[in-house]
Amino acid sequence: MSRIQTVFDQLKQQGRKALIPFITAGDPHPQATVSMMKALVEGGADMLELGVPFSDPMADGPTIQRASERALKHHVSLRHVLEMVAEFRATNTTTPVVLMGYGNPIEAMGWETFAKRCAEVGVDGALTVDFPPEESGEAFQHLARHGIDPIFLLAPTSAPERVDAVVAAARGFIYYVSLRGVTGAANLDLAEVAAKVAAIRGKTSLPVGVGFGVRDAETAKAVANIADAVVVGSRMVQEIEKSDEKNVAANLARLTRELRAAMDSINR
Amino acid sequence: MGKYDFPDARGHFGTFGGIYMAETLIPAVDELWRQYEHFRDDPGFKAEFAHELAHYVGRPSPIYHAKRLSDHFGGAQIYLKREDLNHTGAHKINNAIGQALLAKRMGKKRVIAETGAGMHGVATATVAARFGMECVVYMGAEDVQRQAPNVFRMKLLGATVVPVESGSRTLKDACNEAIRDWVANCDSTFYIFGTAAGPHPYPMMVRDFQCVIGEEAKRQMPQLIGRQPDVVIACVGGGSNAIGMFYPYIEEENVRLIGVEAGGHGIATGQHAAPLTANAKVGVLHGNKVYLMQDADGQITETHSISAGLDYPGVGPEHCLLKDIRRADYVAINDDEAIAAFDALCCFEGIIPALESSHALAHALKIAPTMNREKAILVNLSGRGDKDMNTVARLKGITL
Repeated sequence: MSRIQTVFDQLKQQGRKALIPFITAGDPHPQATVSMMKALVEGGADMLELGVPFSDPMADGPTIQRASERALKHHVSLRHVLEMVAEFRATNTTTPVVLMGYGNPIEAMGWETFAKRCAEVGVDGALTVDFPPEESGEAFQHLARHGIDPIFLLAPTSAPERVDAVVAAARGFIYYVSLRGVTGAANLDLAEVAAKVAAIRGKTSLPVGVGFGVRDAETAKAVANIADAVVVGSRMVQEIEKSDEKNVAANLARLTRELRAAMDSINR
Repeated sequence: MGKYDFPDARGHFGTFGGIYMAETLIPAVDELWRQYEHFRDDPGFKAEFAHELAHYVGRPSPIYHAKRLSDHFGGAQIYLKREDLNHTGAHKINNAIGQALLAKRMGKKRVIAETGAGMHGVATATVAARFGMECVVYMGAEDVQRQAPNVFRMKLLGATVVPVESGSRTLKDACNEAIRDWVANCDSTFYIFGTAAGPHPYPMMVRDFQCVIGEEAKRQMPQLIGRQPDVVIACVGGGSNAIGMFYPYIEEENVRLIGVEAGGHGIATGQHAAPLTANAKVGVLHGNKVYLMQDADGQITETHSISAGLDYPGVGPEHCLLKDIRRADYVAINDDEAIAAFDALCCFEGIIPALESSHALAHALKIAPTMNREKAILVNLSGRGDKDMNTVARLKGITL
């Protein structure tokens, strides 16, 4: 069984929801990433989403754009990101790691090489923001061959027939984008999110995670009430921006604990 | 060659093109495609487009025999398709009108655009004023500086110009920012995309609106010289003026098609904007799969051209296909060669061309002397050079 499925099964038995923090690999410094990943797990993260820096992050708001720019100043490439995961796996064999980014760095590496390396270093899933299912068929065969889950986004604007196409191609979990806009945008409409998540659940047994717009413990708790997983991205990156290199890991752990506690406090 | 019939139903030109967009924008792109499929053959839509082109843009644009220029350089006769005489001073208005008419039918009250040299921004601001729409134009901060007169024109026309400070602060970053706006506002907003690239249906739609250029030329050349030209030349950034000129000529196999990219400081220096000429690898950016300037890790590299309108790391998918099937040839012209051609057209013909168009002209001046006097070269003079006064003055060490 995959690490992703194992984690969701365990949480379900415990009546808890998955907390998935996002950080960009190499931000603020390539040497900091693995210790930050460990700190997130210590703080209570169930799964990690690791951003692969890209020069043109069109679906991201200013916060995650800046994270990409900081990482690219250190020339952090997809190769380095995979090495970071290998280093993380030396001490953690259970927490799933999903890479999130844009297709071109993978195109440049080659999908077969990428998928093979993912399997070798212990990456569990890949979310390629600008590769919808229609353009992903051949590329994702390589992922399937090496047991890497393709994770797809669904949006408030996705029509029912698109939801069908996306859930058919997806593995691991569905990532529902909770608002119209780029990452880190305005407040989310919980009632709309709840309705959409319910509609997606009607079409798939895959867990549904919600992200884009989870900015504090209160929102995390509210989202945990209606989804299987809560993804927190821009808020994590803001914490990195506010911290200095010495305390960044500790601050991320503290923030993760706050989110964890809020999510675990829901009535069940 | 056999029947040329591209793109396919999902916007593929061979292996190029497609729809590589985040899920958040797929519904907007799908809706645009459905609406365009509906209206592209609608007689009312076509009639209104033709009427606007005739009475607002001033079409057809003439073809001018640059006789003194041809005599000076010797060899083939050079003809200019005068897109510089269009309202707003470039070919960009053809497409902006077409997309604005579609936006109107889709009930969109707000339009956005990206712009490099500012010509597409001016064209979009113009049609927004013409049709009473709110307009926001994204422009790289570096381009805002080097194309200051166009920024002022857009503001006069009532548009909001947003300088983009991220990345290389040029056209590709303006595209990123416009896409972000569209993601957040796609219910109310129509994205008037300026070049024949991006996700389907943009490459096809922009080509369709621009191919009035080539269709007119195919009628005009026989009237002028009794036949079609031997060579047709156009500059290529994203490639909208070039595809508009080339497309009607694709099945005319005796007409050689040459696209001219921006060679910047020279292909060997790496400081250029010529993905086709430099044999860049295939990649994915701004919604389509194309030849793309990038480093070994797949990060998009910064480009250089004296001309802001050509300063883009990718190129439209149909040009990628035309290169692969060898129907068109692609070459590069360096900054200094473009400036020399700019000067020549000013001196010999009294026409001040855009720096973008000067690249196409420069290649014509390079090959004309190798051809005999009976041959004809048609150059798409895609825009006029008024917007480039500051850039040219600075290069010549003159303060305006």
